[in-house]
Formats: sequence, structure tokens, C-alpha cells
Amino acid sequence: MTVPTPRTNNGAAAGALLRAHRFRAIELIPWILAIAVYFLFPGYRLLATQILVLILFAISLDLIVGYAGIVSLGHAAFFGTGAYTAALLADAGWQEPISALALGAVTAGLLGWVSGWIILRTRELTLLMLTMALGIILYELAKDLDDITGGFDGINFENTAILGLFPFDVLYYTTNYWYAFAFLVLGFLVARTVVHAPFGRSLVGIRENVRRMHAIGTPVQQRMRHVYVIAAMIAGVAGAIWVQVQGNITIGVYEFEMSGNILIMLILGGTGRLYGAFIGVTVFTILENLTETVLGTDPPYWELVVGVALIVTVLFAPRGLLGVFDPLIRRFRERTP
Amino acid sequence: MTADLGPAVHENPVLETKGLCKNFGALVVARDIDFALEAGARHAVIGPNGAGKTTFVNLLTGALPPTGGSVLLDGLDIAGLAEHERVKRGLVRTFQINTLFNGLTVLENIYLTVAERMGVATGLFRPVGSRPEVVAEAERLVEMVQLQDDAGRTIDELPYGRQRLVEIAIALALEPRVLLLDEPSAGVPGAESHIILDAIAALPADIAIMIIEHDMDVVFRFAERITVLVSGAVLASGPPDEIAADERVRAVYLGHGHG
Ligand SMILES: Nc1ncnc2c1ncn2[C@@H]1O[C@H](COP(=O)(O)OP(=O)(O)O)[C@@H](O)[C@H]1O
Ligand SMILES: [Mg+2]
Repeated sequence: MTVPTPRTNNGAAAGALLRAHRFRAIELIPWILAIAVYFLFPGYRLLATQILVLILFAISLDLIVGYAGIVSLGHAAFFGTGAYTAALLADAGWQEPISALALGAVTAGLLGWVSGWIILRTRELTLLMLTMALGIILYELAKDLDDITGGFDGINFENTAILGLFPFDVLYYTTNYWYAFAFLVLGFLVARTVVHAPFGRSLVGIRENVRRMHAIGTPVQQRMRHVYVIAAMIAGVAGAIWVQVQGNITIGVYEFEMSGNILIMLILGGTGRLYGAFIGVTVFTILENLTETVLGTDPPYWELVVGVALIVTVLFAPRGLLGVFDPLIRRFRERTP
Repeated sequence: MTADLGPAVHENPVLETKGLCKNFGALVVARDIDFALEAGARHAVIGPNGAGKTTFVNLLTGALPPTGGSVLLDGLDIAGLAEHERVKRGLVRTFQINTLFNGLTVLENIYLTVAERMGVATGLFRPVGSRPEVVAEAERLVEMVQLQDDAGRTIDELPYGRQRLVEIAIALALEPRVLLLDEPSAGVPGAESHIILDAIAALPADIAIMIIEHDMDVVFRFAERITVLVSGAVLASGPPDEIAADERVRAVYLGHGHG
């Protein structure tokens, strides 16, 4: 202890930990692109709005899959619950959109709290099956209660203007785009704050080694339940926006395909990094549209493309498309301490 | 070295077991174990491989539920306390096989532990960087086990022996009252094992320590009391000279070629 030891590495590691939450200029890129797309491709605003909402949905999934390591195949349960809350409220006469969306977050969060109590007691395959079961149960329930949910045909509803100023525009998606954009910014900031807080770090600990987490005194189950509720609430907001911008809801919001696709999109972009959601959703959705435009939907070529894209990702970019850049970034950081 | 701590207070064990039993199916791994760890104890548990030493630790910490019997902390039965609740009451263990956050840096491993012990790990809104004192405490512990040059490396990138030091640092970070060390220097090259043993020797005298160890030099240097576990049962328990002279212990040990 008398020999002066080089402190650089300890100091550098501490610096990295202390500064991890700071914004970097590169983080502006997706937002600039999102703003540019609105003006450059007015014909694609519907598609672009969907991408924004799905990014928010994927971010909520990343909190549990990428950070806490809880893989879910039933995340549409929360998306759908938020969506139905907002839609049924509007249908019943509660047409103010933001409060309906907030209530959608609450119902989705409650569902997360209750289902998490059971699901998070289990592990691995059992847990995966239970998340899937929850999604399937809600889908079947919504199908059976079609006099309330509208079933496959759906329900059309109307919302009042946002803040009393900006009416939804289902033809040109002007207001609609910025509505989705604003809540994506908000939801992203919440998620980003949480993952850089000590709470978020402890989620990574759970993902890395549950046994060790117990042994350092972490109430693991409680912590998982908390993130499960946060993720459910954000997914509920995404679901609410998804249907509010369309003025229409069908039981498709509860479909298994919704849960499966959002997980694929997240894996495609890269888990445990928030920005993976941006890349994964965008690439997936554009690829889907291109395939369907060029090859048509009759034989569903798209499913083949998804399959191939997933195999290529898993084999050649196991950390997702964003993960491909990790070695480059590391080299860059090592050169510039 | 540590023999001058004075006689232990034999009336109040901090940690105690009564008739502790554990079966894995037909295999009996803990047989009616009565055990007491006094405040400030330096207590070694020895026994051949497969004797049930690690299982005993798991029963004490709550990682495994016992088949029968009880564990008492400060005289209270802690059957109802989950593993993490026992840690909060000062009952801390290290793992025989490294159990760390392999994808995280050394400093992050310690940070998570310190954050948990200080009760800040539930914080949702303020970033890690808003509590520099927590990170500073983690840095101090990294230096204590002389890993400062590796602080920014992930556990994956360290040789096994150096990872072992992280196990110790995590245990120290939890500020234990009772520390259960499961073969702390197993897998550590001789040149580095002294760092671990020094760190253990330097622990505050009031911490009760139970150490599972195969190296008899370490055991006899460190321990004031030794318990010998064979086939899940206590074969003998007493001060080192008594154990060294015990015929049954000699039979087990000499027979197995340990030492
Ligand atoms: N989870 C388990 N399930 C079944 N058998 C186990 C389990 N853990 C340990 N054992 C068995 O219990 C016995 C004692 O193991 P252990 O406590 O690790 O011994 P030691 O630490 O003294 O070497 C061994 O025979 C081992 O195979
Ligand atoms: Mg063992």
C-alpha cells in the first residue's frame, strides 16, 4: 500500500460510471432523422408514425428483456390493454386523448403488477410460457367479448383535439405524427433515466447473475416486478397512441404476432441499449413494406424475409445491428481516453 | 497471529444451527448439524470433497431450504428470512466457484454491491453519477484488493485468480457481521493467494468468520476453532490442537491424503 499505484484504470472506470448518463451529440441523430422524415416524405407519414409508436413499444420491451434479462413473448398484453383502455374510454364518451392515454398506462401497469406477481416467481422456459399465456388469454378474451371489443371488425372512435388545439388528422397524419413523436421523446427519456439510475444498473446485475444479486442483498423479485410495471406502463402508452392515431381498434393489438414481432425487432436492433429499438423497428418495418410492395402479400414472402433476416442477425451480429459497431466504438474510446 | 484475541464469549453465538438436516432425494448431505459461531470467531470448517461444506453454507444463507432443523442469527430463528434479508442483517458469504457479474467491469461489480448495501439501488431518477460517494467507496474497495489496474476490465477479461479477489471485495463491500468464506483461495495462484489471506486476516476482529479451507497451513494459522465435517455430519469440533490430535480426524485425513 506504500507503493504509489497507478490510479488511471480505477479512476477511468469510475469516470465512465459517473458520466455514463451524459448525453452525447450522436444521440441527436435519430431525432433529427425523425423530424426530417416528416418534411421529406410526407407520403409516408402513416408508416413513419407507426414506426415511432413501435419504437416506444420496443423500448418498453428492452427494459425487461435487454436490461433485466426477462424474456417475454407476451408483451402485447400491455400494449393491447393500454390500447383498449384509450379506445373504450373514447367510445364511451371520454374523448380527451391524453388523459385516456394516461389511464391506459395505469391499466397496463396494473396488469403488469398483478401478472408479474405470478410470472416473475418462475424462471426461464416457464416464465416465457407464462408471458405467452397471458397474451393468448387476453386475445381470446377480447375475441369472445366482441360486443365490447369489436372483435376482428373493430371499433371506430373519435378523440377531441390534443390540448384542445390540434385535432387528429387520420388522412394526412400531421398532428398524429407529432403526437407519437412527443410521447416517444417522453417515454425514451423516462427509460433512459431509469437505466442510468442505480435501479437500472441493478437490473443489469439481475441479467448478469441472479444468484449473485441475491447474495449481495437484492430483493430480486421485487426489483423485477418494479421494472415489469414500468415496462407495462410504457407499452400501454404505446398501445394507446397506436389506436388513437388511427381512430380505430381491433383485437389485432392483442395478437401473438404483435408480441413476437416486437421481440424480433428488438433482437434485430440489439437489446440492452435502448437505441437498438430505433434501428430494429425501422429496418424491420421498412423491409416489411418493401417486400410487400415489390413481391406482394399473396404468398407471404415477408415471413421468409423475416426468417432470413433473423438468422443472419443471430449468426453474424449476435448483439444486434447496433452491436456491430461496438468494436469500432471501443477502439475509438481506447484511443481517446 | 490471531490467537491473542482472548477467549470467545461462548454464551452468545451470533450464528447457530440446531439439528440442521438436508437431503437431496436419497442423498443425505447435512445430518443433524449443531454448530455455533461466536462473535469475533475465527472458525474453520474442514472435510473431504463432497462432505457437504458448501451445502452447509447454502443452508446458512438461505440459498437452500433445510429439510429439517433450524438456523439462528442472534438467537432468532431465521427460517422465514429470504437470502437477501439475511444479507441485510449482516450474514454474508463468498462462493467456492466465482459467482460474479461476468460482463461488467470490476468496478461495476463492486459498485452494485455498495449501492445495494447503502440502500441507494432502488433510486429510479437520479443517475449513478449524482452519488459520487457511492462510486468512491467502490473504488476504495477495489484498491483494497489491489485490483485498481483492472478496475475497468470486465470479469471475463481477468484470469480466474484475479476474479477471486473480486469475490472477496464484494464480501467486504457488504460490511458483514458474519462472514462465510467458501474456499476463498481455491484456484488462486500461490503468488496471489497472500492478497486474499492478508485481506481476510486484516478484517475487523469483531466479525465472526467461518472459513472452509483445504490448505492445512492456512487453517492452523488462522483458526481458533475447527469443525470437521464428514458425509454431512460433524465428526469433531474443537480447538486446533485437539483436532490435530484426534484419531478419527487423522484417520479421515490421512486416509484421503489431504493436508
Ligand atoms: N443441488 C444439489 N442437488 C443434488 N446434489 C447436490 C446438490 N448440491 C450438492 N450436492 C451433492 O451433495 C454433496 C455435498 O456437496 P457439497 O456441499 O458441494 O460438498 P463440499 O463443499 O464439502 O465439497 C455432494 O455429493 C454433491 O454432489
Ligand atoms: Mg464445496
